[in-house]
Amino acid sequence: MSRSQQANQESARRVRFAFTDEQEQFRAAVRRFLNDKSPTTEVRRLMETDTGYDPSVWRQMSDELALPGIHIPEQYGGGGFGMVELGIVMEEFGRSLLCAPFFSTAVMAAGAILNAGTEAQKSSLLPELARGARMATLALTEPDGDWDPGKIETVAARDADGFRLNGTKSYVVDGHIADLLIVAARVAGTSGREGLGLFTLKADAAGIERRLLKSMDPTRKIAQIQFRGARADLLGSLDTAAAAIERTLDQAAIALANEMVGGAQTMLDSAVAYSKLRVQFGREIGSFQAIKHKLADMLLEVELAKSAAYYAAQAAAVEDPEWPALACLAKAAASETYLNAAANCIQIHGGIGFTWDNDTHLWFKRAKSSEVFLGQPSYHRELLMQRWGV
Amino acid sequence: MSNVSEAEIRAEVREWLKANWNPERSLVEWRNMLADSGWGMPQWPREWYGRGLPVGVARAVEEEFAAIGAVGVAKSGVRLLAAATLLEHASDDIKKRFLRRILTGEDSWCQLFSEPGSGSDLAGATTRADLKGDFWIVNGQKVWTTSAHHADYGILLARTDWDAPKHEGLSFFVIDIRQPGVDVQPLRQMNGHASFNQVFFTDAKVPKENLVGKVNEGWKVAMTTLAHERRGADGLASPSRRGPRVGRIYAEERAELEIANQPYTWYPQRAGRVDLIIERAKETGANRDPNVRQEIARLMILARSAEWTARRARATQQQGRPQGPEGSLGKLAASHVARGCSRVHTMITGTAAMLTGSDGPRDGIIAEILVSVPAVSIAGGTDEIQRNIIAERVLGLPKEPRFDTGPFRNVRRN
Ligand SMILES: Cc1cc2nc3c(=O)[nH]c(=O)nc-3n(C[C@H](O)[C@H](O)[C@H](O)COP(=O)(O)OP(=O)(O)OC[C@H]3O[C@@H](n4cnc5c(N)ncnc54)[C@H](O)[C@@H]3O)c2cc1C
Repeated sequence: MSRSQQANQESARRVRFAFTDEQEQFRAAVRRFLNDKSPTTEVRRLMETDTGYDPSVWRQMSDELALPGIHIPEQYGGGGFGMVELGIVMEEFGRSLLCAPFFSTAVMAAGAILNAGTEAQKSSLLPELARGARMATLALTEPDGDWDPGKIETVAARDADGFRLNGTKSYVVDGHIADLLIVAARVAGTSGREGLGLFTLKADAAGIERRLLKSMDPTRKIAQIQFRGARADLLGSLDTAAAAIERTLDQAAIALANEMVGGAQTMLDSAVAYSKLRVQFGREIGSFQAIKHKLADMLLEVELAKSAAYYAAQAAAVEDPEWPALACLAKAAASETYLNAAANCIQIHGGIGFTWDNDTHLWFKRAKSSEVFLGQPSYHRELLMQRWGV
Repeated sequence: MSNVSEAEIRAEVREWLKANWNPERSLVEWRNMLADSGWGMPQWPREWYGRGLPVGVARAVEEEFAAIGAVGVAKSGVRLLAAATLLEHASDDIKKRFLRRILTGEDSWCQLFSEPGSGSDLAGATTRADLKGDFWIVNGQKVWTTSAHHADYGILLARTDWDAPKHEGLSFFVIDIRQPGVDVQPLRQMNGHASFNQVFFTDAKVPKENLVGKVNEGWKVAMTTLAHERRGADGLASPSRRGPRVGRIYAEERAELEIANQPYTWYPQRAGRVDLIIERAKETGANRDPNVRQEIARLMILARSAEWTARRARATQQQGRPQGPEGSLGKLAASHVARGCSRVHTMITGTAAMLTGSDGPRDGIIAEILVSVPAVSIAGGTDEIQRNIIAERVLGLPKEPRFDTGPFRNVRRN
């Protein structure tokens, strides 16, 4: 390799700070689709249903935009893009609060298969997910709500033709509608990171009981799943499962951070628009400094969190060694920003902001559920310190 | 020209440096070569010591200089703020007389804007300039003028029409401050340093041709200076210089910086010294306290995000796309980072945060941080003013009702 080729490779690996023109065009296409298919009226309609999504929209986003496979390599039927494009999709979904099994299927499940699966498993499982033909999810956290994989208690017992799972998973995104379940469990008698494995099974297999949980955020539904001797296949190997789970969670944290900054931007836009409209004391409320300064601070926070979410995605895309730490950074930053933006948006709307009819609470609830999903900000701050070696 | 690729420019500047860079040249001779070739300020126009390159590419030139340790044009203090303003608004005659000596470092400059009665509200200036024959005669007082005690010239905002509305009676001048009518008195700051001054004008003289822009249109000119000031406050460091730094030119540069940088020795502390946070946490053992760990993480998240935001703004500009709101937030973000540092340094240091100088941790640097950070959110436009600007210009919120319209003579003031 010549010196200049080397230099080129080097600079291609450098983390980028701006989206390319192609990426911006892709964002615009996703946004057009969502403006059309996911107005708030649709969000409100779907959140009242049990399944929580519109199969025809899911089909169109798979067939027309190939979104579920965006980050899946081409040899497994995907689009062959990476974390940055996935981040763009998530940000736009967060903006419009799209109700669809994307985070579960594309981010968590496909992520786990990519990170843990054997070649054969990836080839057999991923194309269906990439096409949107099947929905899947990752069942990891248990009723104690701990995101440290070392705390997993669900047991996988080896038998003649595979494994049998026993235990309860909770907070499983779209667990009530997924066709394919990927379950994190441990070999009996092990503890901590030892003996962890990922297992796949069909959701209609014997020994599975699923229950939709009553949850605050109706736009992203979560389920509890009980396994009583359900037969499952090992995904990849036991040796590498702990690392694969961690990588999957880190990627999911970056994806979620991007979704959150999209939501936060909607809250800011909504608050700005209302403050130009609403008149009190003979002037627009946006002319009061208390409101102006709150909005300026919101803008600052949102832009800072975007920078963190974008940078983490770019760093993960080029496998910058710091990226797992940055996943924690982005998750913590975006969680607090989104919640603040939503709370401020309610405040700036006054009484009407507290009503069911006003849309703000939909984003507020997504902000709240995203804040604690995958671990709350304090958890990620501590993990960040550990990963930075402090 | 602006379509030339970054790689080509890098190759070109490398070649030029190879042919011309020599650390045994005198500083002024070298900087004159930079002015003649345009490599010192590549983003400036060709006819004025630049090469008309886009800002993003200019950054690459800076990196090439740094890579071999080559000295650049003089940049310390407000000289480049002044230069950018002159470049945009001044007559060719003024540009010819002043720009080159700014770049060579032969002249240094100060910013004569704030007054005792008008800081945030700069347009309320009451320092007056009256035209008598070929000279403007200046009377009044400026304050908080950084580096005035080292400066040769100042950019001055003064009132030239008292019957016009506030913003329409100001003019912008270049004033020689080494003259009998100008008296510079240092002011001691809360951190013990004295980098700013009060400047008194008693019948000081400004030649007619030193008016920048038109009479009574000085506000527009001052806005250019302020915009550059806000943009420069994004906290991004220049690429650091490599190489051994031996030779006459370095000795001359060191001598120059010793004087020019004297008012700014505490500026890194004023920005909070985020670079010391993790080191200090480890050396004090504060890294074992879970509360402190949370606060460190919060601060580092803020600081890294602020840095990335500034880089994002630059990268967007580099791609030739219009900057989004991220371009206007640097100054406010830097203030948050500095205040956060001050808080976390205190948490890490504990009781010893009371101690200064040789009794204090890090030879007094920590204490200096604590008593210097309050300047960040005041100097160059307060945080409150930044928020007003962001809210009105970026978010498009309605302006506040005004009480300062009509002839300036009748406007209420301090
Ligand atoms: C270290 C340092 C260096 C400086 N260097 C220079 C220099 O070289 N040249 C120069 O010209 N100036 C310089 N300054 C001056 C600086 O720009 C002013 O101090 C600053 O703009 C604030 O003006 P002020 O001090 O008059 O405060 P004021 O304007 O009186 O402000 C007092 C308080 O009122 C608030 N306030 C004022 N107006 C509003 C409003 N519309 N909305 C909400 N709140 C408001 C302010 O935010 C502040 O909290 C320097 C200052 C410092 C601290």
